[in-house]
Amino acid sequence: MAARALLGVIKKRAVSCPAFRGHYTFRHGSTLVVAEHEGGVIKPPSLSALAAATCLPDTDSSVSVLLAGSGPSLHQAASHAASSYPSISKVLVADSDKFKDPLAEPWAKLVHLVQQSGGYSHIFAAANSFGKNIMPRAAALLDVSPITDVTGISDSNTFVRPIYAGNALCTVRYTGASPCILTIRSTSFPALQKSVDSNEASISQVDLSTLDEDLGRSAYISQSSQDDERPDLGNARIVVTGGRALKSAENFKLIEALAEKLGAAVGATRAAVDAGYVPNELQVGQTGKIVAPELYMAFGVSGAIQHLAGMRDSKVIVAVNNDADAPIFQVADYGLVGDLFEVIPELLEKLPEKK
Amino acid sequence: MKIMVAVKRVVDYAVKIRVKPDKTGVVTQNVKMSMNPFCEIALEEALRIRESGLASEVVAVSIGPSQCVDTLRTGLAMGANRGIHVESTASLFPLSVAKIFRKLVEIEKPDLLILGKQAIDDDCNQTGQMVAGLLNWPQGTFASKVVLDKEKGVATVDREVDDGIETVRLNLPAVITTDLRLNQPRYATLPNIMKAKSKPIKKFTPEELNVEIKSDLEIVEVTEPPKRKAGVIVSSVDELIDKLKNEANVI
Repeated sequence: MAARALLGVIKKRAVSCPAFRGHYTFRHGSTLVVAEHEGGVIKPPSLSALAAATCLPDTDSSVSVLLAGSGPSLHQAASHAASSYPSISKVLVADSDKFKDPLAEPWAKLVHLVQQSGGYSHIFAAANSFGKNIMPRAAALLDVSPITDVTGISDSNTFVRPIYAGNALCTVRYTGASPCILTIRSTSFPALQKSVDSNEASISQVDLSTLDEDLGRSAYISQSSQDDERPDLGNARIVVTGGRALKSAENFKLIEALAEKLGAAVGATRAAVDAGYVPNELQVGQTGKIVAPELYMAFGVSGAIQHLAGMRDSKVIVAVNNDADAPIFQVADYGLVGDLFEVIPELLEKLPEKK
Repeated sequence: MKIMVAVKRVVDYAVKIRVKPDKTGVVTQNVKMSMNPFCEIALEEALRIRESGLASEVVAVSIGPSQCVDTLRTGLAMGANRGIHVESTASLFPLSVAKIFRKLVEIEKPDLLILGKQAIDDDCNQTGQMVAGLLNWPQGTFASKVVLDKEKGVATVDREVDDGIETVRLNLPAVITTDLRLNQPRYATLPNIMKAKSKPIKKFTPEELNVEIKSDLEIVEVTEPPKRKAGVIVSSVDELIDKLKNEANVI
C-alpha cells in the first residue's frame, strides 16, 4: 500500500526523483547507460538517460556508462565522463571501427556482450532515433521486453510511459529477468549536470574478442543533415513552430526570422514537412520529436492529436491561428485569433531584442 | 522474391480515446478500429515493390483477436496476395509478436519483412527491431526511401533520424520499418474489396507455432494525463507580448 501511495505522490509531482532516493533498498545491482558522444562529450539525450538512471531508488546502485566508437574523440569523451559526473562509477569503452557509425547490428551485439559480463539490473538509453533503433534489438537478443519512452520512474520495476499519442499514461511493471531495458524520454529527465567536486570514475576497455561474429550484413553509407546554427529542437528553451497555413517554404522564413529574434529552435507540423517547407527532422509530434520547452509558439497549427503528442508538456503554449475553433486553442495558455501573416511581422517589430 | 508485411488493428488515429474508469486500459468497445497507419505504409511499399517486378508475392500478417481478419481483408483489398492470421486473445507485447514473426518467417521464408515503425496505440516502436534481432537479420528502421537491388541482394534504405536522413545498405533478407514519408498508401477500390473476400487467409495459433505467450510486463494502471489549465484568448499582439513578459516570464 505504501508503494501505491508513493506512486500517487510521484505522479502528482512528476519526476522529482532525488527526493525519493533511499526509500527503497530492495534492489541490488548496477545500472548501465548506453550513451552517445560527440566532440569528446556525452550528448544531451544520453545525459538525460544518465539522470534517469540515477533516479532508480537504490542508494547502493552504481551507474556505468558504455561509450563506443573509435579514435581520440571516444577516449576524450570517456575521460570527460569519468571526471565530470560524480554519479558515474565506471566508464566502459568499446573501441572498434564497428561502432564508428550507429548501426544497430554491432551495437545491439555490444550491449548483449556487455550485459553478459556485467550482469546489470537495468540498461538505459535515450528514446531518440539511436536508442529506439538499438535497444529493442538488444532486448530481443537478451530475451527481455524493453520499455520505450519512459517519462516517470516509480520504483526499480515500475515505470510510467505515455500511450495513444500521450492521451493516456500507462504504469507498467517489469517482472522479468535482468536486465530491465528502458529508453528514456529526454524532456522528462533534465540532463545530468557536470560537477567539479568529482571523484574520478574508473575507465575500462570492453573485451571485444568474442565480437567476431558476422556483422557485415549492413553498412553505413552516408548521413545528410541540416547544419544550422539555431538551438537544437530537443533542448531549446523556446520553440517556434509553423504548420500548413504558412503555405510555402518561402513564407516559412517568417517562422525562422521569429525564431532568430527569440533565440528559439524551429519546429514544424507533419503537414509542413510533407509539403516540403522544411526538412523532416523539424517535425514535432507523436512520430517526430518530443519537445517540452519553456515557451512553445504555434503558428498556423490546427492542433491534431498527433502534433499535440509532441508538445503538450511545454510550460507555456502560445497559439496563433485564424480559426477560433482550432483544437490547438484548447491546450494554449495564450491564444490569439488572427492572421499569422500580420501577427508575425508585428511580433518581429515589437518583441524586445534577445539578451 | 516474397515480402511479408505486418499489419496491426488499432483504434483509428482520428479517435479521441477515453481511459476506462477502472484504470485497466482504454475503451475499445464500439470505437472505430483501423489498420495502423504505419502498417498501411508498409503494405503500400511491399505492393509497389511487387508492381515494379521485384517481388512476386506479398503476404500480410496480423496477430490478435478474431477481428484482425477485418484488418487483413483491408490489406488484401489494397492488393496483398494472401493473409495469415495468428489468433490470440492474450495481451501481446512486442517480444511475443516478434517471436511469432520469427516462426512465420521460418515457415514462409520471405526475403523481406516490412513493418510499421510503431503502432499508434502502444507507441512502442520495438517489434521490427526485435524480429530483426531474433532472426539475426539486418534492420533498416524509420525508412523514408527503399531501393532494392535484386541482383546484388541488397536494399538501400534512407532512414529518418534525429539529425536528418541516414542511408544504410542491408544484405537481404532484411527487416524494414516504415516512417510516414515513405509513401502515400492507396485506397482499396470497391471491386478490389469484393475480390479480397475470396483471397485466402491462413490461420494459426501461437501454440501451433510453438510460441509460448508469456509476458515479463504487467500493466499496473492506465490513467489520463494531467489536464492543462484553461488558457486565455488575447486580443492583440501587444497584449500577447505583455503576458509573455510579465505574467509567464518567458521572454
